[in-house]
Amino acid sequence: MTASATAKVPLVEVEDIHTFYGKSHILHGVSLQVGRGEVVGLLGRNGVGKSTTLKTIMGLVNPSRGRVRFEGSATTGLPAHRLARIGIAYVPEDRRIFRLLTVMENLRTGLDRRGVSEARKQELLDKVFAYFPRLAERRNQAGGTLSGGEQQMLAIARAMMLEPKIILLDEPTEGLMPRMVSQIREIIEVLHREGVAILLVEQNVPLTLETSQRVYIMEKGVVRHQCAASELRVNDAVIHQYLGV
Amino acid sequence: MEVISDFFQAIPYDQILIQTLNGIVTGMILALIASGLTLIFGIMDVVNFAHGELFMLGAYIGVVVLATSGSFWLALVLATLVVAIIGAALQITTLRPLIGRDPLTTILATFGLSLVLQNYALWQFGPVARKIQEPITGQFTLFYLEYPWYRVLIAGLSAAIIGAFWLFLKYGTYGIWIRATTQDRVMAQAMGIPVPWVHTAAFAIGAGMAAASGVLFAPLVGVNHSMGIDWVLKAFIVVVVGGMGNLGGSIAASIFISLLEAYASIWVSPAQAVIVSFVVLILTLLFRPTGLFVPTPK
Amino acid sequence: MRFGGLMALDHVNFEIQRGEIRAIIGPNGAGKSTFFNCLTGVLRPSEGRILFNGENITGFPPNRISQEGIARSYQITNILPNATTLENVRIAAQSRRHGWSMLAHHSAYHDLIGKARAVLESVGLRSKANELAANLSHGEQRNLEIGIALATEPELLCLDEPTAGMSAAETHDTMALVRGISKNLTILIVEHDMKVVMELAHRITVFHYGRVLAEGTPAEIQQNPRVQEVYLKT
Repeated sequence: MTASATAKVPLVEVEDIHTFYGKSHILHGVSLQVGRGEVVGLLGRNGVGKSTTLKTIMGLVNPSRGRVRFEGSATTGLPAHRLARIGIAYVPEDRRIFRLLTVMENLRTGLDRRGVSEARKQELLDKVFAYFPRLAERRNQAGGTLSGGEQQMLAIARAMMLEPKIILLDEPTEGLMPRMVSQIREIIEVLHREGVAILLVEQNVPLTLETSQRVYIMEKGVVRHQCAASELRVNDAVIHQYLGV
Repeated sequence: MEVISDFFQAIPYDQILIQTLNGIVTGMILALIASGLTLIFGIMDVVNFAHGELFMLGAYIGVVVLATSGSFWLALVLATLVVAIIGAALQITTLRPLIGRDPLTTILATFGLSLVLQNYALWQFGPVARKIQEPITGQFTLFYLEYPWYRVLIAGLSAAIIGAFWLFLKYGTYGIWIRATTQDRVMAQAMGIPVPWVHTAAFAIGAGMAAASGVLFAPLVGVNHSMGIDWVLKAFIVVVVGGMGNLGGSIAASIFISLLEAYASIWVSPAQAVIVSFVVLILTLLFRPTGLFVPTPK
Repeated sequence: MRFGGLMALDHVNFEIQRGEIRAIIGPNGAGKSTFFNCLTGVLRPSEGRILFNGENITGFPPNRISQEGIARSYQITNILPNATTLENVRIAAQSRRHGWSMLAHHSAYHDLIGKARAVLESVGLRSKANELAANLSHGEQRNLEIGIALATEPELLCLDEPTAGMSAAETHDTMALVRGISKNLTILIVEHDMKVVMELAHRITVFHYGRVLAEGTPAEIQQNPRVQEVYLKT
């Protein structure tokens, strides 16, 4: 492909996927795209299938129908550890850091990859500790002893160690106090400036509209609405219809 | 007064000393076997009923290598490596396809493997027990007793192997992979860790450790096709008492149970002393089912 | 309801009248399932009482709660997959019969089977009576869950996310089903699907961090600024 052609191919493309949990038909044909370096929001109430969509992209769940593409090539059915190596990182809803590993060891799970020089590893570590000084202070502490906000930072830092092209962020602000929510906003902006794409699942509508370029809104396992984030206000009728009460 | 001094005189101090040493030696071998077992269970939830046969295979390979090369140390190293590779092959062919299925299927699979391996050994080597000569003979004097050097060597080597393994887990790159996979298989995958291969490697390591114990222990008993059965039973007891998946717990439990049995054998026959392990198992299951050496769960 | 250091339910006061359809909504972790579990005997509240028809039922085990007249459907489908649809419901209906007769063949219970068929009719599964429950579609299985609960002749029916994993069409059918059976029943529903909640419920209770945030008619709840804030996370 020519350089300009690759620039046009979306980074991640999800085409009409149907995903089941046992018999429960969670995704009824979801399609969406994330462009290179784009921040895309995925909104919707609980239970509509937002997390399942992320898990399907990450290869943690296999769709029964439909395709997932990364940089133009099909990735449906590939195991998650391969996807992590080609540039997709996942930060799950409950953080899921390795509680019995230290902060440093958690970071190393992403850092110890083939083809990364020691110098580059040190660079990445320095960068992440600069963004998250609290993690630097606690680098030899077990992950399970960190507070909720610190665990969220660690989960994001760990994903950054993979030097991903896209990070799938699932409800990063859930359960965090307002000050930490601001920090999350800053981190998303920093990542965006560095050219990392983000697919952001969130219940926090203002945060999502502020940080995303585009948003999708899901309901009952399908995408019901998509538009540029600038076209929506928090009290828009569309928002109320799909997210409000 | 006389009753008391009679009592103290009746305590067989020399036997207690010998049995303490015996208990520690047996305990270390048991710890080496149990470590492999608990590693395999902790990382992939597989109850490896074939573990005793890996121990037995290690001993037989030791016999063969020793017969051809004359070197005990070469036998030890080769047996460990060969059984590790066999273990990896077994895991890939029989256990990997069963991932995600009912745990009963892996129990049946490993049990089946144990039967196959036992009968293979019987067919290949015959029913007569083989003997391995100890690499170091001679005894040392402790107070007024004599104790074989070789047994001390076994304890030392087992401790060294377990120690090396612990260091690998704590500081090695792949050690971190094993620990991460044990804690959260899904997120380990999401971090790029090739979990299926980590499982295979863990099984191979466990198998290698069992084989090493087989070679180390072989000079003390005869090597025959059913030598694994008793050991695997004790190893399971140790793993449960120590806390499933808890490495430090299995080591502590191994020594604890072996010491108790060794002391019991002063007064009753060794066959009856085995009852001690079962009593400890039952008490553990009744009162601290998560493991004796595990902090009380809240 | 306290779990160690966590107050899953914090001084929750709740009343429901006979014949009402009440919906419980709230973000994840707000305490909805815990509340359900306390009501249906799965959990014993650390403090407080639960009164049903004036009688104190706090701490009763689930089987006794069922005998008292409270039935429950589950979020993860809990049917007997190797029995037919009819048998699933008949077994539930049998729980209301107190006599034991080891010698009578099950087909002798004609009235029970008749009752089971009537329940199947009301949940729209009459045509699937002899089908193995495992072969039903997901939506049909969820409706069977409701049928099983119905067969125990409850006064209060508790439905735990009845439309989870359903398509829009199946949701619509289930809503009609619930409306149809609501005539002689009191119904309590936990749901995330706002359309279902707004159209079905007489009143809505909003849970948030283990407390009752607001209670009222659908219109009142929709206009409540605190509720909007919680749901839109402003």
